[in-house]
Amino acid sequence: MNVFRFMWQNHGQVLELTLEHLRLVGFSALFAMLIGIPLGIAIAHRPRFNKPVLASANIIQTIPSLALFGFLLPVPWLGERADRLAILALTLYALLPIIRNTYTGIRGVDPAVVEAGRGMGLTESQLLFLVELPLALSVILSGVRVAVVISVGLATIAAAIGAGGLGEFIFRGLSMVDDRVILAGAIPAALLALLADFGVGWLERRLQPR
Amino acid sequence: MQPEAASPVIEFWDVSYRVAGTQVLSGFNLKVRSGETLVLLGRSGSGKTTSLKLVNRLLTPTSGEIRVKGVSNAEGDVIRLRRSIGYVIQDVGLFPHFTVEKNIGLVPKIEGWPEDRVRARVLELLQMVGLAPDLASRKPHELSGGQRQRVGVARALAADPEILLMDEPFGALDPLTRDELQREFLLLQQRLHKTVLFVTHDLREALRLGSRIALMEAGRLVTVAEPREFLRSTDPSASAYVRAFGDGLESAANRGTS
Repeated sequence: MNVFRFMWQNHGQVLELTLEHLRLVGFSALFAMLIGIPLGIAIAHRPRFNKPVLASANIIQTIPSLALFGFLLPVPWLGERADRLAILALTLYALLPIIRNTYTGIRGVDPAVVEAGRGMGLTESQLLFLVELPLALSVILSGVRVAVVISVGLATIAAAIGAGGLGEFIFRGLSMVDDRVILAGAIPAALLALLADFGVGWLERRLQPR
Repeated sequence: MQPEAASPVIEFWDVSYRVAGTQVLSGFNLKVRSGETLVLLGRSGSGKTTSLKLVNRLLTPTSGEIRVKGVSNAEGDVIRLRRSIGYVIQDVGLFPHFTVEKNIGLVPKIEGWPEDRVRARVLELLQMVGLAPDLASRKPHELSGGQRQRVGVARALAADPEILLMDEPFGALDPLTRDELQREFLLLQQRLHKTVLFVTHDLREALRLGSRIALMEAGRLVTVAEPREFLRSTDPSASAYVRAFGDGLESAANRGTS
């Protein structure tokens, strides 16, 4: 096949762009978890805030990705480096599934278990780390899985603002009207998405509480 | 009975509790003596569970005071208070991701007991509640309802609290298992002499387990009586309760104790 010959001939660049792609997705997933999980926990404990927080995350989700990259371009420190900007945009997109699943997971813990724990004298943080988070973990991870799979796809668009990644091949292929080049970006991206889906899914099953 | 055995361990002083415009408890006064099993009896919504949760401060009274061992429970550290009181609920609430051993040993472990002492205590408690030691490594979902509630009781006893709060602990069990657990509760209580505040809506259970029965209605205390007195009570609410449960109650009254 032509595509694979092309990829083999350019394997150095395929590898480089794949790593760039992974870096964009990895950092954004990390940041989204660092922000989204605490936020999800907070709104699960204070239901008053759940509507505004989830609504905001929802609105972010509705902004077309290319437009979001464009909006962020003039921001001073961010605009200097395209990859910073791409990571921020991807982080914002990854927030919703992570916040929502953390919220759902924590709220889904059997109230009797929480009451028993509180009644026997667990502190709120012991309750969170010993009981609520372990029991909510698989639900939270399935949110992370969705977030990562979305990010792998969205990160290809980051090439439009020069942030690199496998989107480079796709955009180049589009302008050259060369299917081989497009596929050289699309195939590894699809494989990455599948791999992430499988990997986090495996972790999710491993960490199932029952 | 020694005189100090009669001293109150839990005291409700004119306690009221109001939530979202509903008066759940009003002007509630009650003293639970050391070593007795005081049963709060009443229909759903009479304020029994609320009274219980006020003791370990899962709820805070709107007015009035609850004293535990002579000290207002609003003073001091709520975590310490709760760890000194065993708490058993109908839904048990075992931690589903922990083994039986970890469930029972959690509070001792958090309290910093050495590993082998926790382990020994868990085995002692399993035996005490009539469970085989090899259940220690099981997860809650591998147990029957009766076994689960036994683990719940063992967990509440883990740090050897003086006080036990039990909220319909046997309410969700089948009649045979319930009978078994009630019988064992009485035996256990003969050995341990905990101060127990026990909530139920089942008059038979109240008569059988209680040293005294406190009847509640619509957030108020109606009457407090020993089981035999309770059956002969002229109070309209008490006699209505007795009538609803029908014949054969006389034999249920304190079969187990003394």
